[in-house]
This record gives sequence, structure tokens and C-alpha cells, in this order.
Amino acid sequence: MHGKALPYLLLMPATLFLCIFFLYPFALVAFEAVTRDGAFTFDNFRTMAGSWKFPVTVRNTLLLAAIVVPIQLTMALLMASVVSRLETGRSAALYVFAIPLGISDLAAGLIWLAIFDQSGFLNTLLSSLGVVDRPVMFLGYQSKLTIFIAVALAEIWRATAIMMVILVAGMGLIPKEYYEAAEVFGASPWQRFVRITLPLLRPSLQTAIILRVILAFEVFAVVAALGGTNLPVLMGETYNWQFTLQDRNVAAASALLILAISIGFTLFFLRVLRVPKEARI
Amino acid sequence: MAEIAIKGVAKRFGGFTALHQVDLTIADQEFMVLLGASGCGKTTLLRIVAGLERPSQGEVWIGGRRVDHLPPRERGIAMVFQNYAVFPHLSVFENIAFGLRMKKLPQQEVERRVNRTAELMHIEQLLKRYSGQLSGGQRQRVAVARALAMEPDVILMDEPLSNLDALLRLEMRAELKGVLAASKTTTIYVTHDQVEAMSLADRIAVMHQGRIVQSASPVEVYRNPAARFVGSFIGNPPMNFIPATKAENGSWTVAGLTLSGPKSDKPRIEFAIRPEDVDAGGEGLRATVRVIEPLGPHTLVTCDVEGGLFRAILDSNASVQVGDDLRLAPKPDRIRWFDPETTNAL
Ligand SMILES: Nc1ncnc2c1ncn2[C@@H]1O[C@H](COP(=O)(O)OP(=O)(O)OP(=O)(O)O)[C@@H](O)[C@H]1O
Ligand SMILES: [Mg+2]
Repeated sequence: MHGKALPYLLLMPATLFLCIFFLYPFALVAFEAVTRDGAFTFDNFRTMAGSWKFPVTVRNTLLLAAIVVPIQLTMALLMASVVSRLETGRSAALYVFAIPLGISDLAAGLIWLAIFDQSGFLNTLLSSLGVVDRPVMFLGYQSKLTIFIAVALAEIWRATAIMMVILVAGMGLIPKEYYEAAEVFGASPWQRFVRITLPLLRPSLQTAIILRVILAFEVFAVVAALGGTNLPVLMGETYNWQFTLQDRNVAAASALLILAISIGFTLFFLRVLRVPKEARI
Repeated sequence: MAEIAIKGVAKRFGGFTALHQVDLTIADQEFMVLLGASGCGKTTLLRIVAGLERPSQGEVWIGGRRVDHLPPRERGIAMVFQNYAVFPHLSVFENIAFGLRMKKLPQQEVERRVNRTAELMHIEQLLKRYSGQLSGGQRQRVAVARALAMEPDVILMDEPLSNLDALLRLEMRAELKGVLAASKTTTIYVTHDQVEAMSLADRIAVMHQGRIVQSASPVEVYRNPAARFVGSFIGNPPMNFIPATKAENGSWTVAGLTLSGPKSDKPRIEFAIRPEDVDAGGEGLRATVRVIEPLGPHTLVTCDVEGGLFRAILDSNASVQVGDDLRLAPKPDRIRWFDPETTNAL
């Protein structure tokens, strides 16, 4: 009896902490989202969805996630495969790849702003090469596509490493003997990747994808730095409702929407990448 | 045609030499058993033939083709791994079918082969299960079935029956031998079970500390060990060794008995005889009985000879008592002599 209770006792402080500093504020936000002046209402959600910016923000956010995450996943898989195969210098390579992880998202946005700005590195480079005679406005309000590309680039640069680190750890857990067996039984390197690595990596893939997708829906600082208001995203709108428009209730509704989308995708990936109990390593 | 030739293969792991200059040729369709104590380099040699390990030196030829630079999948082999390596994310059926799918065989053929080999290994009722739901012995049989299903020219098996109970092992052994002979497969079979080695092999290669000490037919290995190690490793109980001192040129004194032996200028050599090759009574080695173990058809008697242990297998109706002084007469044509320095047969 005592032995069984012990793990729960050990988890107690962390659980209490979460309840006080997460669940309680969450309940407050949820309450604000469905009330106005003390009365229960869905008006906040209606106001949010009725704003002319709303469809654009939803579209931008989803599009950004839909483009950035698959590219990151592919790159992270590729990099992780290369790093896992290194016999020496593996940790050195990991450190280098992980540098962007140490930079806050706002700083990352500013770095890329310094590149794309009218007086930024890219313009300097282009004019010194004689490609352009006047600096180009890459991030002007007419060039939505360039802004989008710049944001996507910054996001990929910033957050691919976290996926890679998770995947490298996951690949390290796959016993070498399975690759040897596959090799003896005729699998080419690509077939080994598809038939051994990917299926056995599912738990790590799940973690990496879910983490990245959630972060992608919360994208904010990078967009703010590079696009200002020219590329509205969900998180930016939430910020607007709270601080520019001073409407806490609609801001709460907007935050709940982001949460709902995140939970939805998390459940989806948990289900799709589920490893049946009997098929675990 | 798949003859395997291992020419001067050596393998070093850092400063440790796991294989020294191994030379071995396995004829087409031959059943070669690698026999040796734990850690003597059997798995290493097998992995070099498979291409999973690169030799530090030497060449490997399969079917007249030099293969040391080829990856495993281009060598036309199948392998049973010592640690099974049954894929955890695939069902037993898909595990057995793995190599066949890589070869892109039609589904019908895949099913036929999987079912046939699964039946052979008595795992046909487990085809839907996953590795995690199998016992060690069942997993091992999946690994064997996966290799057999390939119908390869060369099959490499690393202790494929080590985890089965005695009865099942006996049965599987017979079936394996039959199947591999019928399919004309060249086989290298690793084991440290000498009974298994004896019963399966066309030829046994006895390994000791990274060297092949002798490769010959089972009877030859048993009757005429090329080195002291072979005699002491093979046979249960193993060969007896007694120091022999020179009486005159060509005759030696062994435990009070003078025997004619090899001509040698060494003052001392070793006399060796198998436990079943002595008869009680008459002119023989002086022995004091220490332990008597009746084994049914015969009796195992452990004695003191010249202060060393000596085991003899006597007829079960021989009446011996603990403490008896016996005379054990060696059969002259079964006596072997070894050089104590090189440990080679004289
Ligand atoms: N990768 C390696 N690095 C260093 N030493 C190794 C390596 N692989 C094997 N060895 C050493 O080489 C020797 C031979 O190993 P091997 O696995 O071939 O033995 P084995 O004959 O198959 O033994 P067993 O019957 O226990 O399976 C052992 O002493 C082992 O410690
Ligand atoms: Mg071994």
C-alpha cells in the first residue's frame, strides 16, 4: 500500500504547483471568455469572429504552421540522421545546431529584421554586388509574400533545432541490431530509414511534432518584429484585444480559441502516431 | 554455387585482437559448424562473413566473388542473430516476410514461404503477435524462420537454438538439417553445444582465442584432436591428459606403464586418452577410485592418476568401490600424444 502511494506523493508538489499557477488562472480566463459584465454569454466569441481581421489571422496562422512545421520536420529528420551517424564530433555538431535554441523569439525576429531591413545585410550585399541600385523594401506593407517568407525562414532557423535534438535522442534509443538485421535482409539505406527508423521513432516524432505545432500556433514575437501589423496572426490579435482595444473578455475568448486548436492538433497527432502497446520496443 | 572462402582474416578492436589470421573454406552446400568457448570470436567471424564487420586484414569470398567491400545485402546471405533482432514494430508474419518484401516477391509467394517456414519452426499460431508478446525461445524461432524464408545460397546462424528446451532443440535440429540439405544451402552454424555440433556438422571448425585450431569431420575432431584444447573441449567428459616421461627413444612412462609413442627429443610430453577408451584390469595405468557415478548404460568413474584427475567410462557391471586401486588399460590405437609446449598433437 505504502509503495503504491509513494509515486503519487512525490508528484504531489508539482501537481499542486500546476493547479495553483496554471489551472486556476486558466479557469479565470475561461470564465472571462464566456461572461460579460457578470452575465453568461457567447458574445465575446461572436465579437472576435466578427472582426474583419479574424479570417485573415486564422488563415495566416494555419498557413504558417502548415508550411513551417513540415519543412522543419524534414530538415530535423535529415539533420538528426546525419548527426546520429557521426562517430566523432557528434556533440559538437549538436551544440552548433542548437545555438538558435538559446535565442529568444523576439531576438530571432530582430536578427532576421536586420537581414531583410531596408538598410539591412541583404540590401547591402545586393547593392554592393550591383544587383540593385536602390535598397529594396522587402518588408513593406505591399509585399505580404516576402514578409511571410521572412517569417517562415526565421521560424525555421529558430526552432528546427529543438525538433532535431528530440529526434537525435530518439534515434539513439533504437538498437543497432535492427538496422543490421534490416541490412542483411536486403534493405537499402532509404528502406531502413522508412521501415526501421521512422516506425521506431514514432514516440519521439510525436513529441517533436506536437511541441512544434503548439509553438507554431503561438507564433507572435517573430511576426511582430518582421511584419508589424502587416501579417496578423492569432496570438497578435489576442494581444491587440487585450492591450490595444482593452477588451479582456474578447482577448480571453481568443486565447481559448488558440488553446482549442492546440489541443485539437495534439489529440490528432497522439492518435495518428500512436504506438500499439504490444509493438513497443 | 556458394563456396565461402575466408582468407587470412584478422580482426582487431582497438588493441584487442579478436581474430588472428583465420583461414577457412566452406564448400558449396556444406554444413560447417563453428564451435568454441564463449568469447573466442565466433560471432565476430560470422559478422565478417555477413559484412556487418570489416576485417582488419584478409579477404572474404562467397561464390567465387570477393565480397569484403560489398554491403551485407549484396552478399546473397541470410542470418540468424545471436540476439535475434526480431523487429518490435512488426508482427511475426511481417518479420518473417521482411526480406521477401525487400525482394518485392508477389504477395502469394510471400504468404506461401512465411507459412511454410512458420510451420517448420512451430510458430504458425503466433503469426499475428508482436515480438514483445513472445517468449525468448519463440522469438528465436521467428529469427530462424525469417532467415529460412529467404531461401538463400548461404545461411549464417549464430546459436539459433540456444534458447529452446532440450526436446524442442532436438526436433528443430533434425528439421533444420533436413531443410538446409534439401535446399542445398551452404551453412555456417555457430554453437558452443558440442552435441549439437557433432550431430549437425559435415565439418566442425573448433575455435580457440581467435584462432581456428582444427577443422575436420566430427569423428576426426573427436578421435584425432589436432591440439590439446580440442581434446579438452570436445567430449563429455573430456579427454584425460597425463604427463609422460621419456623411458628411451620412442617409449614413454605413463603412470607406471611403459608405452611406445612418438620419437621426440623432449624429456616430457603428454599422454591423452578418452574416458571410454580404457578397460579395467590387466596391464594398465595405476588409478585410485574417488567417485563413482552410475549413468545407466555405463558407469563414470573418477580416479586419481599420478596425482591428477582421470575419468574413465566403464561397463555398468564392473564392480568397483570408492578407494579401490584399479588398473586401467588404454586401447593402444586410441592413445594420443601432445607436445606440452605447443599443445599440438605429436
Ligand atoms: N565491438 C567490439 N569491441 C571490442 N571488443 C569486441 C567487440 N566485439 C567483440 N569483441 C570481443 O571479441 C571477442 C570475441 O567476441 P565474439 O562475440 O565473437 O565471441 P563469441 O565467440 O561469439 O562468444 P559467445 O559464445 O559468448 O557468443 C570477445 O572477447 C569480445 O569481448
Ligand atoms: Mg557469439
